Amino acid sequence: MAGLAAAFGSGAMTNSIADIEKAGCIFIIGSNTTACHPLISRRIYRAKERGAKLIVADPRGIQLSRFADVSVHHRLGTDVALLNGMMHIIVKEGWHDADFISQRTEGFDELSQVLDRYPPNRASSLTGVSVGQLKEMARHYATYGPAALLYAMGITQHTTGVDNVKSCCNLAMLCGNMGVAGGGVNPLRGQNNVQGACDMGGLPNVFPGYQPVTDPEVRAKFSAAWKKELPAVPGLTITDMVPAMLEGCLKALYVIGENPKLSDPDWNHLHHALKNLDLLVVQELFLSETAQVADVVFPAASVAEKDGTFTNTERRCLRIRKAIEPVGDALADWQIISRLSSAMGYPMEYGSAEEIFEEIRQMAPKSYGGMTYERLGIDGLQWPCPSTDHSGTPILHTQTFPRGKGKFHGVDYQAPAELPDEEYPYALTTGRMFAHYHTGTMTRISEKLDNEQPTGYVSIHPEDAARLDVAAGDPVRLSSRRGEMEAPARITRSVPIGTLFLPIHFGENPTNVLTSAETFDPLAKIPEFKVAAVRVEKLPVEKEL
Amino acid sequence: MECKFVPSVCSYCGVGCGVLFKVVDGKLTGTLPLKTHPVNEGRLCVKGWNIHDFVNSYLRLKSPLIRAFGRFIKTDWEEAIKITSDRLKDIVRQHGPDSVGVLVSAKMSNEENYLAQKFARAVIGTNNVDHCARL
Repeated sequence: MAGLAAAFGSGAMTNSIADIEKAGCIFIIGSNTTACHPLISRRIYRAKERGAKLIVADPRGIQLSRFADVSVHHRLGTDVALLNGMMHIIVKEGWHDADFISQRTEGFDELSQVLDRYPPNRASSLTGVSVGQLKEMARHYATYGPAALLYAMGITQHTTGVDNVKSCCNLAMLCGNMGVAGGGVNPLRGQNNVQGACDMGGLPNVFPGYQPVTDPEVRAKFSAAWKKELPAVPGLTITDMVPAMLEGCLKALYVIGENPKLSDPDWNHLHHALKNLDLLVVQELFLSETAQVADVVFPAASVAEKDGTFTNTERRCLRIRKAIEPVGDALADWQIISRLSSAMGYPMEYGSAEEIFEEIRQMAPKSYGGMTYERLGIDGLQWPCPSTDHSGTPILHTQTFPRGKGKFHGVDYQAPAELPDEEYPYALTTGRMFAHYHTGTMTRISEKLDNEQPTGYVSIHPEDAARLDVAAGDPVRLSSRRGEMEAPARITRSVPIGTLFLPIHFGENPTNVLTSAETFDPLAKIPEFKVAAVRVEKLPVEKEL
Repeated sequence: MECKFVPSVCSYCGVGCGVLFKVVDGKLTGTLPLKTHPVNEGRLCVKGWNIHDFVNSYLRLKSPLIRAFGRFIKTDWEEAIKITSDRLKDIVRQHGPDSVGVLVSAKMSNEENYLAQKFARAVIGTNNVDHCARL
C-alpha cells in the first residue's frame, strides 16, 4: 500500500471488480487469479470473450497464461526491469498519453531519466523475456486502452515490493489509464477483510481512516472520543515485533484470528520468539499452530455466527449476518475484546455490532461516514461514501488524486536479496493453490477441499527432476540458509528450469522454514516470500517389504 | 422443520462474494451463491461452496483454554478473562504499555478490527498493532 500511497495519495484498488469487463486490455502481473481470486478471474474471461486483450506476466505458467494474447515468464524478482522495459518502448513509440501526463501528474522527467537506462536489450537480458515479447506487451497495454492492471502478492512480497507497486502506478499513469472505467491499478487483496483491517487502523501508524497517530489534531480527536490519552509514537509492525520478542522488549502478544506460526517468514526464528513471551493470547476458531503454543486460547465465533461488515478488495463494505448460534461457548471477537477491555478497567459496553459501526462512521467520516447498516443492505457501498445521500465510489481518482497530482517515481531495478548460488542453486517461490486458503486452518478440515489436495508438494521442472533422479511423488528435502523441510515432488513444466514452487497451506510442509525474516521491503516491511535460494536433495524412498 | 436463508459474505479471499447460508432447524446445512450480488452474480468457487464445512467442523474450539503445568485445561469465560486481564495489567505495570503487541486480523469484521486497535491504543496504551496484509 505504501507504493500506491506514494503515487496517488491513497492505497486501494482504484477500480471495481465488475469494471474489469469494460477493459480493452487486462495486464496481470504477480497474480495467479484463477487460483486465488476465482470470481475475479471470471470477469477476466468474460472481458476476453468480449474481445479484450490479455497480457500475463508470471515467473510460473499459470492457467491464465494459456489464454493470454501475450504471456511472458520473467525471472523471479525482475518486475521493475520488466515494467521499465515496457515503459521505455511505450515512450519511444509515442504511445504514452501526453495530455494526461501534463495535466494530472508530476515527476515525469524523473521517470524518463530512469527509463533511458532500460532499452529493450537490457530489459530483456535482466528479465529473460525476449525483445519481441517486450514490444508486444508494451503495444498491447498502450494501444488497446483502457487497460486494467491487476496484481497481487507476486508484486508485493519482495524486498522491492514498494518499488514494484510504484512501477505499476507509473505504467498506468503513463498511458492515462487512471480514473477511467476499465482501467486503473488494482491490487487484489488476499484475505477477505484486509482492506477493512487497514481502513479500521489495524496498523501501527494510523487510526481508523488512515489518520496518522503522529498528527496532534487527529490524536486530540480520538483522545476526546475515547476518553483516554493516546500514544503519539508509531508502534511496531509485525516484522519488527519478532526481533522485539527475541530481545525481550515485547512481553505479551494478543493474536486475534491469525496463525503467524505458519504465515510469517522464518519459522525457526518465530518459534523462538513466541517461546520468549511472558504471555501469548490467541483468539481463534481452531487450535491452530500458533494457538497450540499459547498461554490462553479464546474460542471465537465464525462468519455465520455473528453480525458485522467486511470491506472487500474493491472497497465495498458488505454486511455479514448471524445465521446460527455460535458453537459451544464461542463468542464473537467483538464480544471477547469488550469483555477483556472491561476487565482491564476500560468499560466497553456495546449492545451490537451495529453500535460499533456507528462509532466507526463518526471516527472515519470521509470514507465510512455515509454508510449505515440499513443503507448497506445486500449490495454494500464502496468508499469513499462521506454522506448518507452519497451512492459510493466505484472508480477512484476520476478528477484529481488525493495528493493532488499523481506522482511518477523513477525506480531502478534491484536484484532480490537472495539469489541462487553454488551452495543453494535453486530459486524458490511460494503461493496458493485453488482449493486451499492461507494457512489451511479453514480449508484443510473440509473433506471436499481436502480431497482436491490433501498434502503439500513442491513443483519442479522435468529437466531438474531428471538431473536429481526424482520421480513424481518422491520425497525431496529442501534446505535454505534458515532451515529445511521435506515435500513430495510434483513434476511440471509450469515452473521454469532452476525454479521451485511451494504452496503455503500445509503445516506439515511449512514453507516458512525456508523463507527469510531478514529480507523485507524497507518501507512496507513485507517479507520476501517470493524469492529464496534453496538446495534440493532426493530422499531415499522407504520401500515396503 | 424450519428452513431459512441468511444473506452474508464469503470469508475466504478478498473478492467478497455474496453467499446465502442455508439454516435448517438452527443448523447450518449449506452455502449457496447469492444470485443478484454485484460481485459474484450467482457464482462461487469451490472454497465458497464449502464454508459450512469449517463452521461445523468438530475441531472448532468450544471453550476457553488456559495452559497450566504445560497442558491446556478447559475453563469458563469469567476465569479466562480474569487471568488474561490480570497478567496483561501486570506486564503493563512492570514493563510499560509498549511491551504488549496486538495482531489484528484480515479475517475479522470491520467492527472487530476497530475494537481491537482501540483496545491496543486506548486500553493498553500502545500503537503496537498490526495485521498480516504484509504476509
